[in-house]
Amino acid sequence: MNIIVCIKQILDPEMPPAKFRVDAEARRVVPPEGIPLVVSPFDEQAVEAALRIKDAQEASITALTMGGETARDAVKHVLSMGVDDGVILSDPAFEGSDAFGTAHVLSRAIEKIGDYDLVLCGRQAADWDAGVVGSIVAENLGLPVVTLARKVEVSGGRVRVERVIPDGYEVVDSPLPALVTVSSEIGQARLPSGKGIIMAARKQVPVWTADDVGCDKALVGSAACRSELVALVIPSHERRGELVEGETAVEAAESLALRLRQEGAL
Amino acid sequence: MTEYRSVLVLGETEHGRLASGSRELLGLGRTLANELGEELKAFLVGAEAESAAPDAIACGADEVYIAHGPDLARYNSDVYTAAVTGVCQEVSPSIVLMGQTSIGRDLAPRVASRLGASLSTDCVELRIDPGSKRLVQVRPVYGGNAVATVVSKAYPQIATVRPRTAQAPEPDTSRTGKVTTVELGEIEAMVNVVDVVRETAEGVKIEDAAVVVGGGAGLRGPEDFDMIGELAAVLGGAVGATRQPCEDGWVSSSSQIGQTGKIIAPDLYLAIAISGAPQHMAGCLGSKFIVAVNTDPEAHIFKMSDFGIVADYREAVPALIRKCRELKSAG
Repeated sequence: MNIIVCIKQILDPEMPPAKFRVDAEARRVVPPEGIPLVVSPFDEQAVEAALRIKDAQEASITALTMGGETARDAVKHVLSMGVDDGVILSDPAFEGSDAFGTAHVLSRAIEKIGDYDLVLCGRQAADWDAGVVGSIVAENLGLPVVTLARKVEVSGGRVRVERVIPDGYEVVDSPLPALVTVSSEIGQARLPSGKGIIMAARKQVPVWTADDVGCDKALVGSAACRSELVALVIPSHERRGELVEGETAVEAAESLALRLRQEGAL
Repeated sequence: MTEYRSVLVLGETEHGRLASGSRELLGLGRTLANELGEELKAFLVGAEAESAAPDAIACGADEVYIAHGPDLARYNSDVYTAAVTGVCQEVSPSIVLMGQTSIGRDLAPRVASRLGASLSTDCVELRIDPGSKRLVQVRPVYGGNAVATVVSKAYPQIATVRPRTAQAPEPDTSRTGKVTTVELGEIEAMVNVVDVVRETAEGVKIEDAAVVVGGGAGLRGPEDFDMIGELAAVLGGAVGATRQPCEDGWVSSSSQIGQTGKIIAPDLYLAIAISGAPQHMAGCLGSKFIVAVNTDPEAHIFKMSDFGIVADYREAVPALIRKCRELKSAG
């Protein structure tokens, strides 16, 4: 069973909101001091889904990431979780790509890897939050696609996915090869193990360029973008923030109830 | 040279009635169509979709499309993708609106890919650029820490819209419109839905409840959801949660409020042991009153609330339950 997991390195989405900074002129986020780059949490959960399959049967997992210098850390992190191999896709031509451009690069890389049964992606990148790359990769490769997985099981050349729906879940069956996007309902991703960290340090992670994957340069980079970013700002959702006091928690709670009744909220 | 004209709304239906989110899309679509001087069209999907056609017209549609051929009674990604793509190729709209729903999230990128379209998801605002007449899309990014404004460069311009951000119109039954059948033939599916499992309790849906009490990562054990539930019951409301308790299995994921969960806009939202991360707040910003209970006075939630108390929920919530019960019975 060969599994490919697509991962993206992003600014930690759990950063304190007060630290978040935007350069409105340049229309980009300014990485705040001391905030680490991490593997997007949904992608970590996609890795977890792959590892659970590997826990149950013979499987080989390859991580793919499109990025620059720091991408290596993201790959090392998932290798430490138990992923077997990693590939970095890096080329100046990729810079400024939108979801369609990114999906094109990933698709070409997956085709280059060639022998695979399942492609896993996070449901959305926790920075741009679009939630579309996985499905577009599936379209590019002509793969069946199931989104929002909370459970992924493979057997007999098929994949069985529990897909999140508003009131519960639906069970979707698909032949392999297929692409599945993973949602947080799958549960906690495992932490890197000590052994995993040591093994990861020894692994060679190749870097593939646009030419290595046979990418069509007309489909990547800023020029190929199907939309244009015209503004990026920090919104203000602040409210009055009135703190209701009390000598004890019980008193404060009782005063709060009265205050809410006063306001017509209760 | 393809000509793109009209605004097309994907109308989801349930039991032959338009979903509330789809009514919101028609309201928004009508505004955009009016600005462009173009028609508003709707493609209705779901079992008995044709029953919702008069309502779609009353909500502003000039023309309603019903597909003949494929089985659109229940969502199947492959069937719906081919059907929506087919209708878009027939209608050639300049704008396509879908809800940021379980269906819209899945469908939009696949349809956009097949049509060579531009796509923005989870839009909270849409308008027409007066000069270029292109669609301007406003959407939260970085979990809601920032807001991006984007203009399309490719057609059609597809946008999925966050629930409860657009206004559903007052239906005008005097409006007239066409109902057109699109022949699509049978559509093969690679994937199949083999079972559906409901996990929510019966009763008021969290999105419709006037009061919601949410439990967050600050709760110390799954049993704490008992007091959350009790407070919700006293207030006649529903129980919600942030991502952490759902991921830990303390409460059903269908209770998750946030950017990747439910979007709620109750009269009163009580956030218990919730820090106020933007991804969660995205789900409750439409609440009339937001109230926070948290032990950390620096917690971000306090800035985003109307009222709050700095207190341990294990002492505060039982006291709130008692006091609210008292106030309710006193009338």
